[in-house]
Formats: sequence, structure tokens, C-alpha cells
Amino acid sequence: MQIGSFDIATETLPGAAKAERCVVDFLGWLELAQAVAAADGHLVAIWGVDDRDRGRGFGVRVAYGLPEALLIAELPLASEPPVYPDLAATFPAADRMQRAMFDLLGLQPLGAEDDRAWLRHGAWPRDVYPLRRTTPVDTDHVMVPEVYPFVSVTGEGVHEIPVGPVHAGTIEPGHFRFSIIGERVLRLEEHLGYKHKGIEKRFEGLAIPDAARLAARVSGDSTVAYGWAFAMAVEAALDHRVRERAAWLRALALERERVANHLGDLGFIGNDAGLGFALAQFSRLRENWLRSNAALFGHRLAMDFVVPGGVAGDMEDQVERDMRLQARDVEVEVLHLRSLLDDHAGLQDRLRRCGVVTPELARRLGLTGLAGRASGVARDLRVQSPTAPYDRIGPRLCGATDGDVAARAAVRFDEIVESLHLIQRLLDTLPPREESTPLPDAKGHRFGVGRVEGWRGEVLVALELDEGAVRRVHPHDPSWQNWPVLEHAILGNIVPDFPLINKSFNLSYAGVDL
Amino acid sequence: MSPGDLFQQVLEVVIAVFIAPLLVGWVNQCRAWLQNRTGAGIWQPYQVLHKLFRKDAVVAHNASGLFRVTPYIVFASMVLAASLVPMLATALPFAAAADVIALVGLLALARVFMALAAMDVGTAFGSFGARREMLVAALAEPALLMVFFMPALIARSTSLGTIVEALAHRPFVLHPSLAFAAVAFVMVLLAENARIPIDNPTTHLELTMIHEAMILEYSGRHLALMEWAHALKLVIYSTIGIALFLPWGIAEAGDWPGLPLAVLAITLKLLAGGAALAVVESVSAKLRIFRAPEFLASAFLFAVLGVLTHLLLAGRA
Repeated sequence: MQIGSFDIATETLPGAAKAERCVVDFLGWLELAQAVAAADGHLVAIWGVDDRDRGRGFGVRVAYGLPEALLIAELPLASEPPVYPDLAATFPAADRMQRAMFDLLGLQPLGAEDDRAWLRHGAWPRDVYPLRRTTPVDTDHVMVPEVYPFVSVTGEGVHEIPVGPVHAGTIEPGHFRFSIIGERVLRLEEHLGYKHKGIEKRFEGLAIPDAARLAARVSGDSTVAYGWAFAMAVEAALDHRVRERAAWLRALALERERVANHLGDLGFIGNDAGLGFALAQFSRLRENWLRSNAALFGHRLAMDFVVPGGVAGDMEDQVERDMRLQARDVEVEVLHLRSLLDDHAGLQDRLRRCGVVTPELARRLGLTGLAGRASGVARDLRVQSPTAPYDRIGPRLCGATDGDVAARAAVRFDEIVESLHLIQRLLDTLPPREESTPLPDAKGHRFGVGRVEGWRGEVLVALELDEGAVRRVHPHDPSWQNWPVLEHAILGNIVPDFPLINKSFNLSYAGVDL
Repeated sequence: MSPGDLFQQVLEVVIAVFIAPLLVGWVNQCRAWLQNRTGAGIWQPYQVLHKLFRKDAVVAHNASGLFRVTPYIVFASMVLAASLVPMLATALPFAAAADVIALVGLLALARVFMALAAMDVGTAFGSFGARREMLVAALAEPALLMVFFMPALIARSTSLGTIVEALAHRPFVLHPSLAFAAVAFVMVLLAENARIPIDNPTTHLELTMIHEAMILEYSGRHLALMEWAHALKLVIYSTIGIALFLPWGIAEAGDWPGLPLAVLAITLKLLAGGAALAVVESVSAKLRIFRAPEFLASAFLFAVLGVLTHLLLAGRA
């Protein structure tokens, strides 16, 4: 594979997602990172593996998004303690992934600036690494609270406000440390990990159907994206092709998930700017939408609808008409609401030039997904690396360059309309029913990767199977990339605008705390 | 002070205190209707108060006595303020003891205690709320005083009872100056009662709160008193507005047969005022906090314009 002027031998992986794999050494790890950065590639995920029982020691894996394909590079770590070269200097988004990997596996990035614990929170001792295969699952550790050394800002009149992890409203837990002067934010530092529940460890040894159910629960608002990415990884590992109709139904569920989330977010963006009207209207639309999901997929969020090898259940022919009508009605209503909100001077005053992430900053920090598209990072897997059925229905890329809250709202509006059109096109081209073929048996060690453009951004699932059971799963949420950018988006803004900016990103806590 | 006047005074305070949650419930219900929601019903605030009074009050370890007495001081100030505002009748024995300037001072007293109590426990949000409240208050108070000066000039008195009598008594004349003052008053009312566009009474976002942030540490009976006092403040402001700008129907001294009519009139006016407040809140977004000074400066400007207009036209009126 040729990356700019850098040439590397790769092996093409089977499966729907175009992916290449290579093994690199210590130096190659860094050279590859620099070559990818120079070729305008982006970091997707970093994860570690413990292959000592297979006689290989530890290893780190990195996934890079390149225009041609996903490139997965493996670096075997022979040394003790296991160390590897830091990637955060090249890709700032790597920082937290590396710190989480150290907490879980004890793999140490050499030369990393930040070596604070990320996930651990003192819940287990520093020298215990829960994700190592030799660490028993059922060990009880006494919680020893640790002080997290936040970076402090000093100066006349500067003070800190700690917010969370318990908030005044019912939301997910996360700690935000603001350094402010008056109302102006000088610095924001996030500390997450409060929802760590050991999902990656839990995956080990599960049968494929159980693992699929667990994958669908990594981040509930993206359950279809995770379900599909996991199924795609399994199908890649087993070299199994799903029936066309199943792919179409998966895409229907995914687009419906996107619409549901965007509707909810737009309502909350309005509400956080004090416009309760928006919340009431969008909540109504979203609720009706979710109720039809329940009728279509047997679950309001279509959880467990996507299963490895196909989908659970099929659609009756008569609901097709209802779905078309509903998509048309929602489009009319959304466009009407959009014109109302666009003309609302008070709301626009709050949204515009609020929480700006410039395209340069977005590219440097690796902003991805929906928030990235609002800051000029024109990247959408459905458009640039389409899998079936997206290669046949031609989705349009929605984007903006202002990078403010208004831009993120505008991209959501555009994507709702585009998804509603895609739903119509998916129904137009829906392939006939076929007898589904069962998944083949898996012998030996298999690797597969699945990659889906969820509503928030690119969801990646890397999977290793061993004799038909799951050996290691790494689910990656785009929130990993976008959480650190939120710290920059708030700079120079005032404290009361933070909830609005935060909501315009709407990142997952559960998806990154794992 | 006749027993009749005393009766009117007590009746008015009792009514004001007990309908306060109802007015809040009505505004919330109107908001719900305007958003196509069913809403919780107009009696919901009573149920919330009932619930809070039954719950234990949790107080921070490092809270001082100030934190504990503040709810009582705030509630008492509001009850006292309510007794100064002619709601049903203008003959209020207590009203003679304090004029509009003292009324503004009484409201300020409650605010100062709330701000001090908010900072007492030392949480970031309490200090935030107190700071923002003071920012709003520093701008709202002069505007409110200006609003009062205008009718005071017409009535040549700063006593609220006299002002209302003078305004209600004279034949219907369009006072352009009163229109300016009314606009200014509505803006101050929104700011002082923590309504949109300055504050959001229904928010759960601790970083954006003003009033809610100040009472975040309160619970149980303390919170109930704070909430009740807050509802009462809305009634006080509404009745001041009604008394100054829509006084018709109020019962004058000794006018006993006029009292039922006055009750009917004030009920209708509060219903209409509450609905209007809900409309304002439903169509507006919250202002960025640094826009609040602009908003209140406009209020002040309107009030000054009212006074100026009155002085300019005084020769002709």
C-alpha cells in the first residue's frame, strides 16, 4: 500500500469494510503515523491486545482512516514492561486512548507527555491491569480515591469551578473542571471514566450471539451502528456475505437511528437556549418516530435488530407505505420548524459564533463525524467508503465550515432531510426476500473489522475470534476524538454557554468509558 | 386604623400568600399549552410545596446560621412587601408605613440575604448564582425606581396607595409616559422574577442558572419557603404592575360593596397577565448573560423616557 511516498506491504482483509493490515516494528510505527498524517489520513482508534497465551506477548493496534481503505497496523511488544512509541505528538486524539490502554493493559507509551490515569479513578491498584488475560475477573478491589491532578491556571482573579460527575439534571456522569475569570472560560479540562464497567473484558469468551447483544449496548443511542459494526466484523472474520435485503434493512434502521438522534438533539439545543417550544416539537416528532421503530424493528431504538449474518425479523410489505408517508410528513414538519428556528433572532443570537471550532483546529485535533462535518472536515463513510447499500443509493455529504453551534445544528437539519430521502431510496430499491444462509463455523484464530458511519460519526469494531468464541473486541466510539475538541470549543466563551456547546456535540460517555 | 381596614389588610395578605403558587401553576400550564403539552396542572406548585414541607431539610456541615435563617427572612420580606401593594383595595393601614422606595428596599433586603446564603456554603454554583443575581439586580433596581417615579410624579406622592387612588380615580386619559413606564416595568418584572429571557425557571443546567443556582443547596422546608417566596414575588410584581397600569376595578377606602368586584377584577387581570407572561416566555430564547445589561439598560431608558415625557407634557396635561 502506498501512503504518500511511504510504501508498506499490507494484506487485504476480507469483509464489507475495505481494510488493509500490516505489521510494523518500533520505528515503522512512528514512520507510518507520520506518513498517514502527511497524507491527510486520520487516526480512528488505538487498542491493545494481550497475546501472551498465544506465545506472542503484548501488542498495540492502530487503525488509520485513509481515502482508499482502513489501515490497521500491528506492533508486537516484546519488551518487559511493554512500551511502544507515543502517537499523541502526531495525533493529539491518541492521548486519552493511550492512557486508557495503560490503565487497562499496562502498555506504556514512550515519550508521552501525559501519564495521568484516565479510567482507573483509584477503583483498582495502579499495578493491576484488568484487561490482561491473566487478571481474574472476579477480584474485588477496595476503592482508594485518587486526586486527579488537573492542570491549574493561575493569575489574578482566576478560579476553578468543578462540575459533575453528579449534575443537577439526569444526565450521564462526567467531571468538568473550568478555570474561569468572571464568566469567561480560560480552560476546561474533562475527566471521564465514571461509567467504566469493563465491557472489553466482558466480551472475552462470549459466544457470537451474546457478544452481538453486548456490542449493541456499548452506547445505547448508537445501538444500530454498533450492532452493524459488530456484525460486519463477524462477517469479515468468517468471510460471510449477508443477503442484500439484510443490508438494506440495516441501512433503514441506521438512517432511522440518525433521524431519531438528530431530532432529539435539535430539540435539546433549542431548550438549552431557553426555547422550550423547540424541545416540545422535536420531542413529539422523535417520540412518534421511535414508536414506529418499535412497530418496525420490535424495539424503539432497534436494539438487537442487526444480528451477525443478517437481521432479526423482516418488514411486512404494508408497513413500507407507512414508512414512506411518515418520512414525507416528518420532512415537511422539520423544514417548517427549521424555517421558524432560523428566523428566531433570539435563538440565532445564542447559536451563532458560539463554541467555534475552526476547520484548521478541527483538522489538527482530528475532529470527526457530525461535529467534524460542521467544521469543514468533509468526511462521511457512507459517501467516501460506502458499503452496500450506500454504494447504490448515493448519499450526499452534508457539511458546513463555520464550526459553531449553529453549524452543528444546520448539519443535523441537512442530515435529517438527507436521511429521509435515503429512506425513500432504500425503499425504492429494496431487494426481494431471500432465504438467509447461516453463519459458517469458525475454526482457529480469525480477525475482522467493521466500520459504520453512525449518527455521531465513525464507529469501529475490531474483533478477534478463537475457535468460534470471542477472544477480544475493541469497540471504538467517535466521541474519543471529539471529547478533547470540546475543551477547545469552549475557550473564550462564557460559562453559561457550555451546556449549549456541549449539547451541540452531544458526545457519548458510556461509549468511551467502556 | 379601623377594624374594617385591618380586615382588608389581612385579607389581602392572606390571599396573596395563598394564591402565589396558583399563579405560578397557571403560568406553567399556559406555557405547557403553548408548547402543545398537557402540562402538570395548575395545582402542581401546591403539591410540590406540600412534598417539600414534609421532607427533611438537609443542610451542609459548614453552613452557618445565616443559611438557616435566610428562608424565613426572605419569606417574611415577601409577605411584608405583599402587604404594601394594593391588590384589592387602596386603603391599606400598613401601606402608610412604607412607600415605593421602601418597597424596593424590602425586595433588595430579601435579595441580599439570598445572595449571602448562596455563598455561605461555599459551592461554586451558589457563588455563581449570587454573582449573576447581583449583576441583574444592580441594573434592575434603578430601572424599577425610575418606573415608580413616573406615576409618583403624576400622583405627587411616593405612597403606593395614594398613587393607585390617583390613577384609578382620574378619568381615562392616555398617558404616553405611563406606556413607557409599563414597558420598562414588564422588562424589570421578567428580570427580577428569573423568567426568560434573563433566566430560565425550568432549567436543570447548573451552569446557566441564576435564581436556581442560589437555592441549589436548599432542601425540605427551607426550599419550600424559598420557592413560595419566589412565587409570592411574582404575585407582588404582577399586582404592582396591575395597580399602576391597570388599576380599574380596585376598591377604594370604605368601598365595601366594591370588594367582590375587586376580587373578580384582580383574578381576571392576573389570569390575563399570567397568560401574557407565558406567551413572552414561549416565544423568546434566553439571552446570553452578557446581553442582560443591554436588556435592563433598555428598561432603564424606557423608564427615563417615561419621566421625561411626563415632564415635557406636564404643562399641557
